[in-house]
Amino acid sequence: MLNPSATGTRRNMQQIRRLSSIRCRLVAFSLWCVTGLKAAAEGPQSTPSILAPASTPAHEIYGLSLFVLLITGAIFAVVAGLLVFVIIRFRERESDAQHEPAQIYGSAQVELAWTVIPVLIVVVLFLTTARIIFAIQDEPKPESALDVTVIGHQFWWEFRYPKLNIVTANELHVPVSTSQQPEPTYLRLLSADVDHSFWVPQLGGKTDLIPNHPNEMWIDPEEAGLYVGQCAQFCGIEHAKMLIRVYVDTPQQFEEWAKNQQQPGVQDAAAAEGRHIFESEACMNCHTIEGTTAHGTFGPDLTHLMSRATIAAGAAANTPRNLHAWIEDPNTFKPGALMPAMQLSDQEINEVVAYLTTLH
Amino acid sequence: MADQTYPIPGSLDAAPSRGAALLEWLHSWVVTVDHKKLGILYVVYALFFLVVAGVEALAIRIQLAVPNAHFLSPELYNEFFTMHGTTMVFLVGMPILFGFANYMVPLMIGARDMAFPRLNAFSFWMTAFGGLLLYYSFIGGFGLYGMGAAPDVGWWAYAPLTAKAFSPGHATDYWALALVVSGFGTLGTAINIIATILSMRCRGMTLFRMPLFAWLMLVVSGLTLITITPLTAAQIMLVIDRYLGGHFFDTQAGGSAVVWMHFFWIFGHPEVYVLVLPAFAIANEIIPVFSRKAIFGYPAMVAASVGIAFISLTVWAHHMFTVGMTSVSNAFFVLSTMMVGIPTGIKIFNWLATLWGGRIRFATPMLFCTAFLFQFLIAGLTGIMLSVAAWDWQLHNSYFVVAHFHYVLVGAIVFCIFAAIYYWYPKVTGRMLSERLGKWHFWLFLIGFHVTFDTMHFVGLLGMPRSIYTYEADRGWGTLNMVVSIGGFVQGIAVLIFVWNLINSYFHGAKAGNDPWDAWTLEWSTPSPPPPYNFATDPVVRSRRPLWDLKHPNDPDWKYER
Ligand code: HEC
Ligand SMILES: [Cu+2]
Ligand SMILES: [Cu+2]
Repeated sequence: MLNPSATGTRRNMQQIRRLSSIRCRLVAFSLWCVTGLKAAAEGPQSTPSILAPASTPAHEIYGLSLFVLLITGAIFAVVAGLLVFVIIRFRERESDAQHEPAQIYGSAQVELAWTVIPVLIVVVLFLTTARIIFAIQDEPKPESALDVTVIGHQFWWEFRYPKLNIVTANELHVPVSTSQQPEPTYLRLLSADVDHSFWVPQLGGKTDLIPNHPNEMWIDPEEAGLYVGQCAQFCGIEHAKMLIRVYVDTPQQFEEWAKNQQQPGVQDAAAAEGRHIFESEACMNCHTIEGTTAHGTFGPDLTHLMSRATIAAGAAANTPRNLHAWIEDPNTFKPGALMPAMQLSDQEINEVVAYLTTLH
Repeated sequence: MADQTYPIPGSLDAAPSRGAALLEWLHSWVVTVDHKKLGILYVVYALFFLVVAGVEALAIRIQLAVPNAHFLSPELYNEFFTMHGTTMVFLVGMPILFGFANYMVPLMIGARDMAFPRLNAFSFWMTAFGGLLLYYSFIGGFGLYGMGAAPDVGWWAYAPLTAKAFSPGHATDYWALALVVSGFGTLGTAINIIATILSMRCRGMTLFRMPLFAWLMLVVSGLTLITITPLTAAQIMLVIDRYLGGHFFDTQAGGSAVVWMHFFWIFGHPEVYVLVLPAFAIANEIIPVFSRKAIFGYPAMVAASVGIAFISLTVWAHHMFTVGMTSVSNAFFVLSTMMVGIPTGIKIFNWLATLWGGRIRFATPMLFCTAFLFQFLIAGLTGIMLSVAAWDWQLHNSYFVVAHFHYVLVGAIVFCIFAAIYYWYPKVTGRMLSERLGKWHFWLFLIGFHVTFDTMHFVGLLGMPRSIYTYEADRGWGTLNMVVSIGGFVQGIAVLIFVWNLINSYFHGAKAGNDPWDAWTLEWSTPSPPPPYNFATDPVVRSRRPLWDLKHPNDPDWKYER
């Protein structure tokens, strides 16, 4: 704290000291941001940092980014250093004579020199970048690759596994891909309505989902676990709550998961009332539950709803309470989501939730 | 009744009432075709919207300061970031820079007005009505559908989100039409500036004796003509889609979302240079005067500006690295984008060389220009990072990009705008701005700027996408976002000081005299403020710095200039 009785100069000294300690802290802070994240960056994170790559494309980009940082950092050091020098050395002093400094209008040699150097830097940067672009974008697809079709919807993700005959939503399961057993996942990106963008930073760069314009990208996560990301192209009111969860499974886990997903929905007699409501209300027009009459495709497939940890593209945890709140009024979690509040009675909602919670 | 007197309109009245005088004064501003008055109107109009869009930004920052906040509803958040962006680019950036051009170009080239004074007034009022139309959407946007108020589709307004199916109501129409209207104003001014510079220069002022300010405004105006055109075309196509059943961008009927992106960015990228070249123009005037030296490498500066303008027309798809172009197209746009770095580098080095060996006076205009040099350097380097397409697949649409372009738009352009206002305010009003308040303004704004935008880069590296109204608590973005928001408010306070300085100094500032900075271009040879029609007799010049020649008759520039 400042001492109110301190003289002006003392106060100035304190201020200077404080400023320099702030500067130290700033430097430390940026170092923490870069290195701290890197140190903690083993495997999946709850922070989707691009500095913690966990898949080949993400690694290649990360390596490239370090190289670019090095070059740009060097340019910064030189030019900013010169600027600081000039400011200190050539600032006006009290003692300066009042006549004007020597006027210099230019110099062809010097100007040529500082044109050639940037040209060389551009050539180097361009060639390195081009190499990585081709390495990632034109990588031939191996036989062992898993295909997934990703369809962006206003404000949720649909995942289809054409060869495995699986349809699910919001939580993508892919097998881990190791150098002994490479099994990259190739994502075919489509959109049902407006532009979206698939971005899970630890696994790779983003690629847009554009109507009438199919895109493709691939990932090969090297370590099992949960990787988070989200839609990265503004797509409307609930763009912020269009989250992605990618579960990278070990081969056994993935096989089990796939087997379960291929089953039709469990039909538990105890929840028959709830199923009846689901099939007789508009729910069935928008949602699919395999094994029932519900075959709507406007909303997420609910056949194995309980195999997911979250609902509404990550907007809430998948608990009976949240399901109740969601069905009562989706605006509770996601104002503007494209599912209407169905005006069911509390009793009816309880029955529906009881039914939904049987869908493992 | 009979003996009552009626005032006769227009009759001679020795002492008009105060109200009438005020009306008279207001009327003179509405009907004016004087380039100086229009210049002032542009700047005041832009400063007004700077405050409006700044308030929108602060509301956005309150909402993002903590995770899962409920300060703004999702609708309002989306409206605010759309309006913030649209306002800052179209109602602040371009008008203020055209305002400077309007006021300064005729003075600098020794002309008595712009080439087409009435077109000038028309252009300003088009721009002004464009702005009013855009903001009227907050009240009038509720369409038949009872949906939407202000535009909420992002300032890039990607198709097909703007199609009737996804944007019912009239918000998007306000956006499209407001930009068409203000776009016509912009085109008019650009044509006017080109004509003025090409045909109104005083005797002796060859193109290569023009102040760099005028040169850059010439380049900017040319670039404006080229870039506003595709934007206007795209807006008209959008309106056709929405009302006449066109299918340009209507993907449900086979239209193309990607074509909109091409149209938008072939405008949008050069637009950045339309905004930043005037900032360079300002720095080109201020840096030499305050380091007491002629600009280093004048011909190279002109060539670099023209080069930047041409290259900037070939780089637009670097905003589209993630839309799935072929690897070859991606590589092409990497190369073209990186090439912009070459002329830009030349400029930075020339400014450095101008400072080198000078006697630098850090008055407020120069403080802002010095900060501009640092910040523009950083903005350029992060620009190089973004041009690395593969890295851009990560950085695109993240807060890193937001940080980068605010470094350009605020760190470079707004800093230069402030510098320009401190520099030319004495000429325009006849009074100096307070240096003491100016320093407060500078340091607070500098600190706020860096707290906000330096931090924002890291938020982006941590994977936070832009345009989201809130985020999850476990993402680890909370602390940094709080820091960003605090910096935003520091900048807000600095701007308040600035506004106070503008108002207070108008009444109480020290008298400026003709030439308070001991400068060298023609505007400083006139009284402050300059009289109508600027020059009693047409000036004649023999070099790029006519006032230097006057002040140093034994050592004039024209002996040395190449
Ligand atoms: C008009 C179509 C529509 C109707 C009718 C509808 N839904 Fe939905 N539903 C959706 C959409 C769209 C979503 C995805 C919302 C989002 O995440 O943005 C959704 C999401 C859900 C989810 C979360 C799924 C997940 O994995 O995220 C559940 C559960 C759900 N609906 C249950 C129901 C029930 C029960 C009913 C009937 C009472 C119903 N829905 C009626 C469209 C509909
Ligand atoms: Cu989306
Ligand atoms: Cu660009």
